[in-house]
Amino acid sequence: MSVALPARWWQVLGLLAALALLCALPFVLSNYRTFQLTLALVYAIVLLGLNILTGYNGQISLGHGAFYAIGAYTAAILMDKFGVPYWATVPLGGAVCLVFGFLFGLPALRLHGHYLALATFALAVAMPQILKYKRIEEWTGGVQGIVIVKPDPPAGLPVNQDQWLYLLTLAVAVVMFVLAWNLIHSRVGRAWMALRDHPIAAEAMGVNSALYKASAFGISALYTGIAGALGAIVVQFVAPDSFTGVLSINFLIGVVIGGLASISGAIWGALFIQFVPNIADHISKAAPWAIYGIFMIAFAYAMPTGVAGFLRVAWTRATRRVARAGAQA
Amino acid sequence: MEALLHQVLSGLATGGIYASLALALVMIYQSTNHINFAQGEMAMFSTYLAWTLIDAGVSWWLAFLITVAASFSAGMAIERLLIRPVEHAPLLTVVIVFIGLLVIFNSVAGWIYSYTIKSFPSPFPAEPVFGGLMSAHELGAIGVTLVVLLLLYVFFQFTPLGLAMRAVAQNPASSRLAGIRVGWMLALGWGLAAAIGAVAGMMVAPVIYLDPNMMSGVLLYAFAAALMGGIDSPGGAVAGGFIVGVVENVMGAFVIGTELKLTVALLVIIVVLLVRPSGLFGKVFVTRV
Repeated sequence: MSVALPARWWQVLGLLAALALLCALPFVLSNYRTFQLTLALVYAIVLLGLNILTGYNGQISLGHGAFYAIGAYTAAILMDKFGVPYWATVPLGGAVCLVFGFLFGLPALRLHGHYLALATFALAVAMPQILKYKRIEEWTGGVQGIVIVKPDPPAGLPVNQDQWLYLLTLAVAVVMFVLAWNLIHSRVGRAWMALRDHPIAAEAMGVNSALYKASAFGISALYTGIAGALGAIVVQFVAPDSFTGVLSINFLIGVVIGGLASISGAIWGALFIQFVPNIADHISKAAPWAIYGIFMIAFAYAMPTGVAGFLRVAWTRATRRVARAGAQA
Repeated sequence: MEALLHQVLSGLATGGIYASLALALVMIYQSTNHINFAQGEMAMFSTYLAWTLIDAGVSWWLAFLITVAASFSAGMAIERLLIRPVEHAPLLTVVIVFIGLLVIFNSVAGWIYSYTIKSFPSPFPAEPVFGGLMSAHELGAIGVTLVVLLLLYVFFQFTPLGLAMRAVAQNPASSRLAGIRVGWMLALGWGLAAAIGAVAGMMVAPVIYLDPNMMSGVLLYAFAAALMGGIDSPGGAVAGGFIVGVVENVMGAFVIGTELKLTVALLVIIVVLLVRPSGLFGKVFVTRV
């Protein structure tokens, strides 16, 4: 115990230092870079949500772009039509998605594996058409979408709009990450993982399969909806064609690259899907996706635990080597 | 009444295309229990190949044959090189590989041929038949689907190779003991699926035009068709394809309008999975603990 405690302290200290660095970043970077990092944080929240469902509960979703769209549209419509303040739309976007996710999760309970992937894929592909539907055009703005006003920072804070949005997103992300960490290391998280690893045994042990699977779906959608609302505020625009099936595939790529069933993996994955396209765009318009595809297949074969898993293994090896060297000396 | 008949007939024509692609999905599902999410993009890529050949001056039907043969070999190669290593991997890994393939085919097509929409010629005459009820291309597409179906039926029922493939689909372990090369039969299944997909692509391209994203909607209908017929039943997939084609066209024309056509596919998928997951003609499976 006397050895374990300091190690834990070091971890906490390291996390606090990383957080301080993240807080300082917008004050040294340009506004455009800050905007990009804000989006990366938004994606990190989505990937965390998707990881709860796919990584920890083993339900494959190819349709999280649809929940992201619902969160984004909820925020945009609330601000545009009802004059709700921007900060209040974030939890509301999450709440709406929680309901939708739970409802979609209920029929999805009867589907496993491929069938669920297929149903969610269909949802993602159909989403832009649903958003363009004429009867709801009055709310959604049809093909044109909705333009949102960029929020001002609260009076008295010495930050500009971009820095404020970054800090707000960072704060939400930190809360969401802490919640996810606690959830996964609780009774609920263990039940999710048991259902993933051996559904029949888990049910025999008394885990309520229907309840836990639907709740994983709902909570995953809640995360995605919160991120969707934040994303709409950050980009200041929602339109049906930003939420195609491609977006959902993007999220899955992020989870795979970052690391399945890993909390820190969400961050690596988000950085990947936010910045790799920017770099690859210089080669060709199609290049980012070609690289995505190759990375996906390569990771599936060679690094199924993603960047997070790779770092974990590398860290363990390094510390073991240091310990061995210390023992020999 | 004539409007309804017209919609039903053109629904049968698109239904034939959905049926072909659904058949390709069933072909892979039967042998490996995987749903190939890249099937549509593979078909799209084959169609581009045909376009290149026709553009270079090759006659339509020769280009058709070359494309089908090339797709068949490419399908087998994909199974051998990419799918075989993950044969026993968790489901998620397999889905990831399929999505990776989808993304690669889509982007490579965009890279080589650009994202601008191209027109694709039809091998059939332009004038309508049956007093204007159908275009010759629609009739031709139905005909081609039926010919493909007949060939497959003959292949599976009356040739030793077809028998071996059916044996592998039913019981791979016993088939291996009986001396059948199981791995090659699976590759053959992939090759056939890619070839059937290529036919579907070349039949649908004159109607919806050629671009790298042309197949996402068609694939969704093919999923709906395959599920409706029962994902492990080839005949069911074909019936499902025709049903989905007619339902889509009639609903689109008279009930909900063309803007929500994809939602029809989504609804069909969800309703089938909820009410009768094994489809109209599929087998019901029971998990043993």
